[in-house]
Amino acid sequence: MTDLEHPSLAPPVSSVGIVGWMRQNLFSTPLNAGLTLLAVGLIYFLLVPLFEWAVWNADWRGSDQSDCTSGGACWVFIRARLDLFIYGFFPTSEYWRVDVVFALLAVLIVPQFFDRFPRKGWIGLFTLIGFPIIVYFLMMGGSFGLEPVETGKWGGLILTLVLAFVGIVAALPIGIVLALGRRSTMPVIRTICICFIELWRGVPLISVLFMASVMLPLFLPEGVNFDKLLRALIGIVLFQSAYMAEVIRGGLQAIPKGQYEAARALGLGYWKSMSLIILPQALKLVIPGVVNTFIALFKDTTLVLIIGLLDILASVQSAIVDPAWRNVSTEGYLFAAFSFWVFCFSISRYSQALERKLQTGYSR
Amino acid sequence: MVSIAGITGVILFLEIRDSLYMPPADHGSQKVAPWNDPKVRSVVFQFVALITLGYFFYTIFQNTLANMERRGITTGFAFLGNEAGFGILMSLIPYDETYTYGRTFFVGLLNTVLVAGFGIVLATVIGFIIGVARLSNNWLIAKAAMVYIEVLRNIPLLLQIFFWYFAVLQALPSPRQSIAFGGIFHLNNRGLYFPSPIPEAGFSYVIWTLVVAVIGVIWLRRWARRRQEITGQQFPVVWVSIALIVGAPLLVFALTGAPLAWDHPSLQRFSFGGGGRMIPEFMALLWALTMYTAAFIAEIVRAGIQSVSHGQTEAARALGLRNSPTLRLVIIPQSLRVIIPPLTSQYLNLTKNSSLATAIGYPDLVSVFMGTTLNQTGQAVEIVGMTMAVYLTISLLISMFMNAYNKKIALTER
Repeated sequence: MTDLEHPSLAPPVSSVGIVGWMRQNLFSTPLNAGLTLLAVGLIYFLLVPLFEWAVWNADWRGSDQSDCTSGGACWVFIRARLDLFIYGFFPTSEYWRVDVVFALLAVLIVPQFFDRFPRKGWIGLFTLIGFPIIVYFLMMGGSFGLEPVETGKWGGLILTLVLAFVGIVAALPIGIVLALGRRSTMPVIRTICICFIELWRGVPLISVLFMASVMLPLFLPEGVNFDKLLRALIGIVLFQSAYMAEVIRGGLQAIPKGQYEAARALGLGYWKSMSLIILPQALKLVIPGVVNTFIALFKDTTLVLIIGLLDILASVQSAIVDPAWRNVSTEGYLFAAFSFWVFCFSISRYSQALERKLQTGYSR
Repeated sequence: MVSIAGITGVILFLEIRDSLYMPPADHGSQKVAPWNDPKVRSVVFQFVALITLGYFFYTIFQNTLANMERRGITTGFAFLGNEAGFGILMSLIPYDETYTYGRTFFVGLLNTVLVAGFGIVLATVIGFIIGVARLSNNWLIAKAAMVYIEVLRNIPLLLQIFFWYFAVLQALPSPRQSIAFGGIFHLNNRGLYFPSPIPEAGFSYVIWTLVVAVIGVIWLRRWARRRQEITGQQFPVVWVSIALIVGAPLLVFALTGAPLAWDHPSLQRFSFGGGGRMIPEFMALLWALTMYTAAFIAEIVRAGIQSVSHGQTEAARALGLRNSPTLRLVIIPQSLRVIIPPLTSQYLNLTKNSSLATAIGYPDLVSVFMGTTLNQTGQAVEIVGMTMAVYLTISLLISMFMNAYNKKIALTER
């Protein structure tokens, strides 16, 4: 018997490599080919001028309007006003305090990206509880020999971060209580929680902020007054805790009934069975949901400019209308958009990775 | 506020009634001390919670009354009858400075409903197109859709509204150099000018034909479905429907001698006159709301379509269904079940987000009523309460409507 083994032929050029990939993914049908050409044309007519404007013809160096002569983007504007966008009106001599906050935040966040970082959980807990206290003393000043800085001077990126961070840290415990209350067997407690949650979820954040800035002073007894930042924070926390409660309720509902029954069978009371059995499982389930809520909150912090706080968008807006610069609105908005995009996109990617990781933990 | 308290009361009443009907727990023969009895505890706890809440609201109420008295603000809704004395940029109902504050409420409300309604329709259409494009087997189209989604949903909506309003629409040329589209539409920094239709005698016949055609189509669909169930014969419902709804009014329009004139906008000394005008605030808000919400809807649509397993497509093919019926009868009905609930919350978000109008001065409810009217009258409690009640009502209406629709298409398990 003769061995009739032929060496296998190489696949045709048209089905492998770049040509094959293009045939399969770009030109598989006449319709697809047409769509591809349309898309290429659109991208060409949109991206090429954009690239020319933003990179090729742009002005990068200089210090004021007179350095923007080439007709492209005037990035000089961003460079010149960067301090305003990051620190707001914080006194220049005290910038280091804000820098310390940024550095501390970075140091505390990094371990969360590693799978097996020692004491990762404790660091996370410290980020949520200890860190805000440090930031409070550092930013407010007035103690430990630091010069006091009134909150009216806070602004830019640091204000946005403070609003988002306090919003999420304060809303989490309130949300847990509300979610437990909504699933309570006690009718009064359940009704109060349902009304609270649905009220805040049914109205836009702007009206809540308006309420916090216009109505809150009316509610307080004479002589008691909060500053503007605290009022905005109260509004944000009330609003956010309602959304957080719904996210956590989803987690509570996902815990099988057997877990509740097992906890009772062990003789645990309500608080013990919740804090030892149910909540640890439920909270782990809702981490992606909490992160998504955080992204939404991060974007929503821009609304505080309507009640007169100077967050990053408001500081960009104020720099744009400054008569020392002309026609820089596109550059300013692109800068602000890019800052938000970097934060939100990376957090959302982190949340997706987390979701995948937690999912494998639950598949049996 | 009164209505919220009323609703709370009703819910509370029903809840307590239900809890009283619950069968009593069996504690066995063992006697429990009253402070360890869960029933006693729960009653006491609820009582304390109720008292605390009542005291909280009472304090707030007293403080508010005292504060308002000190500021010389009278409580009550009498201010709604006073003359407003300020103009509003855009109004769907007749309005000028001499109308009342109550009228400003309705002007704002209608403007909110207008932008939210258009936004919901446009965002749904664009969102569905992009969601399907995201799943296209054309690599370039899928990636372009992905870039659109990832860019737009990670940038704050307010920033997008500012961008379209200040950086794009305000930068358009003045009316003298406005951009003309075929000499019919004119776009400049004062807005988009378009010809407005003027119906002449006989145009009502066209409208009536349209109404009759719609009723006819509804009847036709029922008849066709019944006939198919009985005999198995299909009827080209879609084509006949299109012919009825588009063709019949057009025919009547032609027969009555085209009774419709157009009022074209024309350039006068400083700006355009005649025709209709879409103010830039409305355009920027609508555009930003649509683009932003469409990115979220696209993700929802993609998840919904992907949730239908491939086995369903194969099963439909095995039954002999062609491409279009597979999509229409098998894939879309199943994916809608996954799509509808999150889509509802996107509609709610869009409606609530339309309140960002106040940042660029589009006269919506928040901007007109909670902004200008509140500043002029100082009636904070009444105005904020009314505004919140409106948004709560809109939210409840949309979610009721969508829940009913959801129930209709929900899986009926046998």
